[in-house]
Amino acid sequence: MTLETLNSPIYLDYAATCPLDQRVLDVMIPYFTHKYGNAASRTHAFGWEAEAAVDNAREEIAKTINADPKEITWTSGATESNNLAIKGVAEYLHEQGGHIITVITEHKAVLDACKYLERQGKEVTYLPVNNEGLITVEQVAAAIREDTILVSVMFANNETGVVQPIAEIGELCHERGVLFHTDAVQAFGKMPIDVKAMNIDLMSLSAHKIYGPKGVGALYVRRRRPRVRLSPQIHGGGHERGNRSGTLNVPGVVGFGEAARIARETMATESARIFELREHLRTRLANEVPHAILNGSLEHRLPGTLNMSFAYVEGESLLMGLKDIAISSGSACTSASLEPSYVLRAMGLDDELAHSSLRMTIGRLTTKQEVDYVADRIREQVERLREMSPLWEMVQDGIDLSTIEWTPH
Amino acid sequence: MAYSNKVIDHYEQPRNVGSLDKNAEDVGTGIVGAPACGDVMKLQIKVEQGVITDAKFKTYGCGSAIASSSLVTEWVKGMSIDKAEEIKNSQIAEELSLPPVKIHCSVLAEDAIKAAIKDYREKNKSPTES
Repeated sequence: MTLETLNSPIYLDYAATCPLDQRVLDVMIPYFTHKYGNAASRTHAFGWEAEAAVDNAREEIAKTINADPKEITWTSGATESNNLAIKGVAEYLHEQGGHIITVITEHKAVLDACKYLERQGKEVTYLPVNNEGLITVEQVAAAIREDTILVSVMFANNETGVVQPIAEIGELCHERGVLFHTDAVQAFGKMPIDVKAMNIDLMSLSAHKIYGPKGVGALYVRRRRPRVRLSPQIHGGGHERGNRSGTLNVPGVVGFGEAARIARETMATESARIFELREHLRTRLANEVPHAILNGSLEHRLPGTLNMSFAYVEGESLLMGLKDIAISSGSACTSASLEPSYVLRAMGLDDELAHSSLRMTIGRLTTKQEVDYVADRIREQVERLREMSPLWEMVQDGIDLSTIEWTPH
Repeated sequence: MAYSNKVIDHYEQPRNVGSLDKNAEDVGTGIVGAPACGDVMKLQIKVEQGVITDAKFKTYGCGSAIASSSLVTEWVKGMSIDKAEEIKNSQIAEELSLPPVKIHCSVLAEDAIKAAIKDYREKNKSPTES
């Protein structure tokens, strides 16, 4: 298979972002051009038209998660949704207590919002994960205190695709009278989510991870049993029931709604197809590349996300050899911080394997040919780089790398 | 990260990948770095009458680390060990146009050649020197 017969370069980074679906773009365009009303304008048809479109989009999101449309607050994206959920609840409930529970492998938008609250005098418990990337409901139960106001656990991890026991945690939180927030950016549109059945009180969503536009997100805020109240983080005209002021990005919101509709209607077949492709990729790599290690639980995992380490090969150099393939690495060298992935380290992976990791995410446009091409290229590049790797040579000579005194720099 | 053409060239066609007999009297071996830091370099030199006649490397690390070690093996061949010892990381970084976050790769390559020379010298200490 040559690359010319495939889409070049191959995109296997759908967890980072997705292309905009053409059908989504089509419904957005009129709201840029002639349907340009402000959804908050109550005095004329332009405003009513925009408001109707926004309400329709709200319904599409709500339907996808079994919520009421009134429970959807539009935001600029999931980072804002996470900030609004965590800071908004902490600020509103500040008389009730100041303890929050979250997980060490959360997205930075959650962790940094929690760190900010710690500087404001709140207390945060960061639950550790096991070597599969999972937490248990018992861990959450043990961490809940008298003054706990919020538990925030991501639905599925962005780096590994590992899915946490959300329904169990939701049930526990409701029993104990603690609000439950989940960052569902990666799971939304890819697996069934039911906020009622799962007892979710707040949930962060993003449009561009489901083939919608960038710069649009939503926060689900439960209205009944319990009614969740938030302190807004952006003040102004009182839009979005006072939760989030600012003129709505009407074309973006409309696109988000359409993207949600398509995701909901195609979820069963699409997720099955994507799951098969991921398993094809995983089994090929596991069978054809020695010392290829899956990171994170196989069973509790999003259909399209794969994270694997290729021991004795550094991730950035591997990516460099795969320059016609768009994937990401947990290697320090690919991050600004020069630290390897904190998510993988939290799972107990040693630094060397964290440096050697690749995240591959399969999506709507991925074909089997592409997956086969990627598997071939990874196998070939890992072999080439291992020939160049002093670690590989030592291992071949029967040397145990852990017995060597290295010179860290 | 955008790589310079020279880094890409060394990465795609690394010079002098391989190993020399580390037990040989005329071979000096330097291994620097740590797997946990994401780079380990092994650089070996073969010396005849104070002149480096062959050099080999193996590197676990990013493209810039591979390029830095590949470049150094090219440079030191035919050089006296005294001269090779004077190679500075800044020369490597300049030649490869390494960005600031990759300077440590050139530092590692400098350390590697120095470690290899030290190993060779220790193996070949003349009785008068010791």
